[in-house]
Amino acid sequence: MSASSLKDQAVIAGIGQTEFSKESGRSELQLAAEASLAAIRDAGLTPADIDGMVTFTLDSTDELLLMTCLGIPELRYWSRTPHGGNGAHTTVQHAAMAVNSGCAKAVLIYRAFNERSGRRFGQPNAQAPPLGWNWYMPFGLDTPAKIYALAFQRYMHVYGLSNEDFGRYSVVARRHAATNPGAWFYQRPITLEDHQASRWIVEPILRLLDCCQESDGGVALVVTPAERAPDLPHPAARIAAVADAQLVNGSVLFNYYHGDLAEFHETRFLARQMYEMSGLGPDDIDVAMIYENFSPVVFLQLEALGFCGPGEARDFIADGNIDLGGRLPVNTNGGLLGEAYIHGMNNITEAVRQIRGTAANQVDGAEHVMCAGGRSGLILGKP
Amino acid sequence: MPRLIPPAPGPDDQYFWDGVREHKLLLQRCSDCGLLRQPPSPMCQGCHSLSWDTQPASGRGTVHCWIVSHHPTEPDAVPRIVALIDLEEGVRFVANLSGIEAERVRNEMSVELCFAEIDGVTLPQFAPAREESS
Repeated sequence: MSASSLKDQAVIAGIGQTEFSKESGRSELQLAAEASLAAIRDAGLTPADIDGMVTFTLDSTDELLLMTCLGIPELRYWSRTPHGGNGAHTTVQHAAMAVNSGCAKAVLIYRAFNERSGRRFGQPNAQAPPLGWNWYMPFGLDTPAKIYALAFQRYMHVYGLSNEDFGRYSVVARRHAATNPGAWFYQRPITLEDHQASRWIVEPILRLLDCCQESDGGVALVVTPAERAPDLPHPAARIAAVADAQLVNGSVLFNYYHGDLAEFHETRFLARQMYEMSGLGPDDIDVAMIYENFSPVVFLQLEALGFCGPGEARDFIADGNIDLGGRLPVNTNGGLLGEAYIHGMNNITEAVRQIRGTAANQVDGAEHVMCAGGRSGLILGKP
Repeated sequence: MPRLIPPAPGPDDQYFWDGVREHKLLLQRCSDCGLLRQPPSPMCQGCHSLSWDTQPASGRGTVHCWIVSHHPTEPDAVPRIVALIDLEEGVRFVANLSGIEAERVRNEMSVELCFAEIDGVTLPQFAPAREESS
């Protein structure tokens, strides 16, 4: 099977979400059900049309309980994708493969959690560390901020960046969130001075305002074959490319073993696959949604995705290229720093809105929108 | 919450923590092709052999990158420097730097192995190489 076999075969037909908050006040199952029903209705379908489901291995909502909530009578396909938000787009790959192969006709993708009011990802895990964490936890790499910052320090060293350089991304993200009514930080922009005054999380790499939010909420998507596009109530978001990218000796959290860590090696592999499958290049992309658990990873991904050269992301961002009206608006919803942290899935709904022309911060004439999460990604196009 | 999250050794890394208690940093080595593996794994990715032994590391290496780790919930706990060490054998290893203030840490600086007892757990650490610290 060739790498291009998924090109243009499936569409994102529907999107749905709950509000994004710090305390949802209801169960994760309920969040999943609310977001899912919204996505199904948005696609012009009913629960009876859904016959496939995909979510994260980390999601707490059981597929059968969700079927019961929604009244989905029969399910023919289900799968889960490993690890966290780095693999957000892999859910779409699974769904596209399922509808392309005929395994399913309409696949519901969901991700819902109380990640602020429940178990907080940003805090150390008090449980026994999983297999393979002995090499890190005893030495004090006990939070995601520290685990990722260790590699970011190498990037700062090789290209001579300071924390203030990272702050320029945070300012852009919060500016985009400030004009997005769906964002937690709606109408709350920050200045670079605010960023520099926020407390250190990992000195001298990450301040508080370099870190994504912890959020409660749910997001859902519905994927159907491309043939259904003409019947949909909203313009379909054509999946021009979707890919997953893992490398030998890699690790989602402790990715310390690929030569010089000033480069995101998996993202280079991801970019190669997405451009090959879609037949597009970096110059064809009008909007980029870039998963950012922490601000420096935007820099590493902009370079690895070919939007600028190695070490050039600092100037690319400082020169306004990622702003609304810039060469490549990035994270137009405010991203995971500004809108919410729904494990990257809220960046996919924003990509769909950009294709439909309905985003709060709409980029005029957006033809191709990329979503990248370091190790998985997709390119959406107009139908 | 304890200051230190202790290791929980399993079948694939018990040898390492046994070695650390004797103040040795043991690298897993394929018995058939000699490839060193850190972190260890039960199969050699080069030749697929399941046979392995260990080789004590020389203890000499350089700092690839580093951070200062403050305890997330105990602000008064002494911060630790966490570094990714390129060992001269060609493998990488995460450990703490000791005997140096954060302001003096430099990428690529030469370091050498030492050991520390923290909360009753023996851990490998690295200090500035003697020629570097003098």
